[in-house]
Amino acid sequence: MFDVIFLQFLNGLDKGGAYALIALGLTLVFGTLGVVNFAHGALFMLGAFCAVLFRQLLTLETVTTDPTKLSPWGAPLEVRAPLVQAWFGDFGAVLVNYSVPFSILLTIPVMLVIGIGLERGIIKHFYKRPHAEQILVTFGLAIVVQEVIKAFFGPNPIPQPMPEDLRGAADIGAWLGMQANVITYPIWRLVYFLFAAVIIGGVFAFLQFTTFGMVVRAGMADRETVGLLGINIDRRFTIMFGLAAVVAGMAGAMYTPLLPPNYHLGMDFLVLSFVVVVVGGMGSLPGAVAAGFLLGILQSFASMTQIKAIVPGIDQIIIYLVAVIVLLVRPRGLLGRRGVMEA
Amino acid sequence: MFAMPRKDFLLFLGFTIVVLAMPIWLQPFGAAYPDLLNRFAIYGLFALGFNILFGLTGYLSFGHAAFFGIGSYAAVWSFKLFTMDALPAIILAVVISGLFALAIGYVSLRRSGIYFSILTLAFAQMSYNLAYSVLTPITNGETGLQLNLNDPRYIDRMFSTAGAGLPSPTLLGMPLSGFAGFYFCAGLLIIAFFIAQRITGSPFGMMLRGIKSNQTRMNYTGFNTRPYTLAAFVISGMYAGLAGAMLAIIDPLAGAERMQWTASGEVVLMTILGGAGTLVGPVIGAWIIKYFENIFSAINENILARFWDFLPDGADHAAVVVSSKFVGEGWFLTLGLVFVLIVVFLPGGIMEGVRRIANRLDRSKKSPDTPPKASAQTQPAE
Repeated sequence: MFDVIFLQFLNGLDKGGAYALIALGLTLVFGTLGVVNFAHGALFMLGAFCAVLFRQLLTLETVTTDPTKLSPWGAPLEVRAPLVQAWFGDFGAVLVNYSVPFSILLTIPVMLVIGIGLERGIIKHFYKRPHAEQILVTFGLAIVVQEVIKAFFGPNPIPQPMPEDLRGAADIGAWLGMQANVITYPIWRLVYFLFAAVIIGGVFAFLQFTTFGMVVRAGMADRETVGLLGINIDRRFTIMFGLAAVVAGMAGAMYTPLLPPNYHLGMDFLVLSFVVVVVGGMGSLPGAVAAGFLLGILQSFASMTQIKAIVPGIDQIIIYLVAVIVLLVRPRGLLGRRGVMEA
Repeated sequence: MFAMPRKDFLLFLGFTIVVLAMPIWLQPFGAAYPDLLNRFAIYGLFALGFNILFGLTGYLSFGHAAFFGIGSYAAVWSFKLFTMDALPAIILAVVISGLFALAIGYVSLRRSGIYFSILTLAFAQMSYNLAYSVLTPITNGETGLQLNLNDPRYIDRMFSTAGAGLPSPTLLGMPLSGFAGFYFCAGLLIIAFFIAQRITGSPFGMMLRGIKSNQTRMNYTGFNTRPYTLAAFVISGMYAGLAGAMLAIIDPLAGAERMQWTASGEVVLMTILGGAGTLVGPVIGAWIIKYFENIFSAINENILARFWDFLPDGADHAAVVVSSKFVGEGWFLTLGLVFVLIVVFLPGGIMEGVRRIANRLDRSKKSPDTPPKASAQTQPAE
């Protein structure tokens, strides 16, 4: 019994990690700029497509015909070789193999530029407007981003292979001194969880231990006073928006081997991550992370056949059900501060 | 009963004439065929009902498609179980969607602002997910609920035996195909418009607008606002259910994708595009979106090539490539861009644009010194 529960717990971690990362970015944007960003899921999707693009660039091929060999139907055999491999040899092959992790190198600058551009271009004008209008404009943006991606990459999901060495399953049970082959877990999911943990830790450390982070935290508490002290708080908040975009983008890029990205990936995750933010408490960073993992794990438990036998369909609605209950019982969310969006 | 102000009466009369004459004046736009006209009427009614909630009280619901879908399912079940007549289907759909709206609204309206949006969204997604999975016996899952040769149809059977093929919906014995179906939908739209107009002008409507501009003050004045918002929620849910039933009458099938949150987003787009809080705005918004959806999705590269023909060679090719991203499959991109522009520059929608132009003309005609009319600032309920 224990191993079943432990396995479900593990199963929830990777999805929970994705929820937590998106919710973290959402909360950062809400906490700093006070903007309810419905386009955040679209940023997650853009990150995923950065990984797709990176791989497509890496696997640009040269096609040569080899006259000495013949294909089964008699024509000269075509030899396809990725350019990267031709230029860099073995290193190129490794690069192609590990394209998903390396795509982060592309994702970070792209998402930073997109995030800052978005904030300066449009969202800046909506600080003073009501939340409903912020929701509407970012919702419109999300549609635009989604359709642009669809125009370039087509409507079908594009599977991304994970690195060959990380393809199998890890025998976690054996590591912990239990019976072998009882608790096995795909390595890439473990990698994703660790990655999420590192990013979350990094964001918290950045906010907690750097001067920049300190100023941002001060600005979150009282923007006007910080501004009066002669600090250009707007610029820092813009950078924080860029950072939130980068976090969402990296989360998306690393998630591609687990779920082939398509153009409505962003919308699918957006709804869930908003629910996560609300459950965690608007404006609370630890709340967002905790609620992300909590809901991911709950969802994984609800998908167990034993539980579905008792309550049919619970796996489909568990997250929303939790959100409804939390909102009604404790409107400011699990870890929300008193008085922040408490209505 | 018809003791309404002259201005309102003229608006109602104008609206009636415009709607009934649609097959005539839409001829030059190439939109005067029953299928599209029906959708104009149906989505116009949907947006009209959504506006009663969002436009008057300021509560932004992101889950109204759930009621639309429930209305469709209820109507098809009425066809399957009782009779092919449209009236019982409509009544059943309105009652059931009203009951659902009562339950969901009762819970969701305990919160306002973004929490209300999230709660309605959560309920709508729950309905959608359940309709796809566990409720398959009722909703027929991914296939969608359809008429069947073996349907019991108890009331019809009492009067006649089953025909050979699948029957189609009727209204008191008259078939509802082609333009008959349109005039049926148009009649319902006009009735719905009349009711919405009466609601807006009534003390109840004033109360709802009071909630939008300052709910706290309403509370302090001694009004319990919850019953009023709940009533508005239920009414708009019933409108949505009616619209869903109409869609099922025109084409007797119902699928879960009608309840997805993108469908809820669409009605929000319609209302905002036309102008939330105005009576005709949402209807116009729905017409524009449905019209362009139809026209834009039909445009292909050949048509574009002919359109850009006047440009020099090379340039016309580039124009075709660029503009082809915005039409056909990509028409949603155009919609998104237009929507963003509207929210940024014209938050009041098309109706505000019309009002601004009218104001400017008015001012230049009379004296240039009169100050511009202070437009009503709208705040959502927080």
